[in-house]
Amino acid sequence: MSSGVTVRGVRKDYGDAVVIERLNLEVAPGSFCAIVGASGCGKSTFLRMLVGQEQPDQGEILIDGEPIPPEPSPARGIVFQRYSVFPHLTVTQNLMLPAELRASKFFGRVLGPSRRKIRDSVADTLKSIGLWEARDRCPLQLSGGMQQRLAIAQALLMRPKILLLDEPFGALDPGIRGDMHAILLRLWRETRMTIFMVTHDIAEGFKLATRLLVFDKVRHDPDFPSAYGSTVTYDLPLDRAQRRAETAAALAAVEASRSAAALAVVRASLNPPPAREEPVPDPVQGGNPQAV
Amino acid sequence: MRLVNRKPSRGTAIALAAIPFVLVAIAYSVGSYVRLSDNPADKLLPALSTMAQSFYTMAFTPEQRTGDYLLWVDTAASLTRLAIGVGISALLALTVGIAVGFIPIVRAGLAPFVSALSLIPPLAVLPILFIVFGLGELAKVALIVIGIAPVMIRSMSQSVASLPAELIVKAQTLGASTWQMVTRVVLPQMLPQLVSTTRLALGPAWIFLISAEAIASTSGLGYRIFLVRRYLAMDVILPYVAWITLIAFAIDLALRLLAKRAFRWAYGEGQLL
Repeated sequence: MSSGVTVRGVRKDYGDAVVIERLNLEVAPGSFCAIVGASGCGKSTFLRMLVGQEQPDQGEILIDGEPIPPEPSPARGIVFQRYSVFPHLTVTQNLMLPAELRASKFFGRVLGPSRRKIRDSVADTLKSIGLWEARDRCPLQLSGGMQQRLAIAQALLMRPKILLLDEPFGALDPGIRGDMHAILLRLWRETRMTIFMVTHDIAEGFKLATRLLVFDKVRHDPDFPSAYGSTVTYDLPLDRAQRRAETAAALAAVEASRSAAALAVVRASLNPPPAREEPVPDPVQGGNPQAV
Repeated sequence: MRLVNRKPSRGTAIALAAIPFVLVAIAYSVGSYVRLSDNPADKLLPALSTMAQSFYTMAFTPEQRTGDYLLWVDTAASLTRLAIGVGISALLALTVGIAVGFIPIVRAGLAPFVSALSLIPPLAVLPILFIVFGLGELAKVALIVIGIAPVMIRSMSQSVASLPAELIVKAQTLGASTWQMVTRVVLPQMLPQLVSTTRLALGPAWIFLISAEAIASTSGLGYRIFLVRRYLAMDVILPYVAWITLIAFAIDLALRLLAKRAFRWAYGEGQLL
């Protein structure tokens, strides 16, 4: 289940400074959009507007054709670079929280048999994200990678149609980051969510996303740098289905000629890593550098 | 090696910490000895043995007229007032602090008022309290509350407001209502802060307690000190001051250990000062 997102003429100011202007975007359901750009280019601001933490000063953002509510809601999950999990709750308690909030409107806390039931219900999640051994620890005692795995799992418990990631792996070691990429791609395929991920790492964007959005300013005023805001300056579809089709055709040709050497060459040049070999919908709307 | 890089070993640190205490004790003993050898009836710097004797009398000899053990009666009276006053203040700080810090509408309505309240010098209000509440317990407790609650509320609301916005957004994406965020996210995370704020407020709380007792009371540690002042009874005053200091230290230590044990998630391996 996923949602399409439409952004129409959005502008956001902070005081005198224009952060985002003339932002137009059409994102198909199930897309994985990576958002890159220099520091202060408004990519995190865009994410905050998507989650409902901030409202655009002009224009509108629609999800499945409906204006987004002006506050965060369970339909849009979010994972931040830091402070994404609750430090005063153990790993298990963090995962139990959504169900508890649903079950007990007043206290947000359940006791007795229903509490045990909720605890049992998160056991599989704990195992699937490799935190079973650490289930009774507090976030302070977890590594950065473990914290982010917990944060993502917690966000997905609500089955959001849109998942927003604000530099989720920015603070992690490169090795851990690779593991997290695999986990994220698996979850994305399983859930068919629409994902927006802000990242500093363009390679990460290319590796994960089906669409790369570059935020930058198109107009500059040298005397007053904050006079103009950013918008999407490049909108690159990362067309994996097409690339995969070409690779498959080449492979078939090689198999036909039974040339082991050629097979090795083609295998070596296989662009998508094995983890991405499963079919994915191709939600890319096309589009080249966006005219502004 | 530069001075800033020289770190004392544990033994050295303890020795260094003891030096000021020892120096003061020596200075006092010498001064007391000099004055007492000059005039054995001198009351200003009583010998340590005299103070010990007086303290023992206060603690373990019933007073002739009432049969009370004065030290314990005074201690119980003062601690009761302190506990009620600080307890009410902590409760106010927690509830009002969270409301002001977390709910923008309440903040707009109450924050300036609380700030103004916290600027009133509490001792200047003491006569009003005596007039309104009489000379009983209520006025003394009220002085402590008026003295420390506004500052504690400000401190708590500040901490609430500085909770990472990410956590609040995240809670909402998990479906939490405002009230649920208060009970499950804000309140539990504010408890360590409440203990810290209370520890800091205990100093002023003692000031207001002793002041109120000094002015109008019939029992209490502050009352006793100001009572025996008339007789220049330094042999009672000094042990009482030391006793108060010891109690204050014990309360602070107890709160510190409580926070460290109860809020492991907040302190982890880190030091709690």
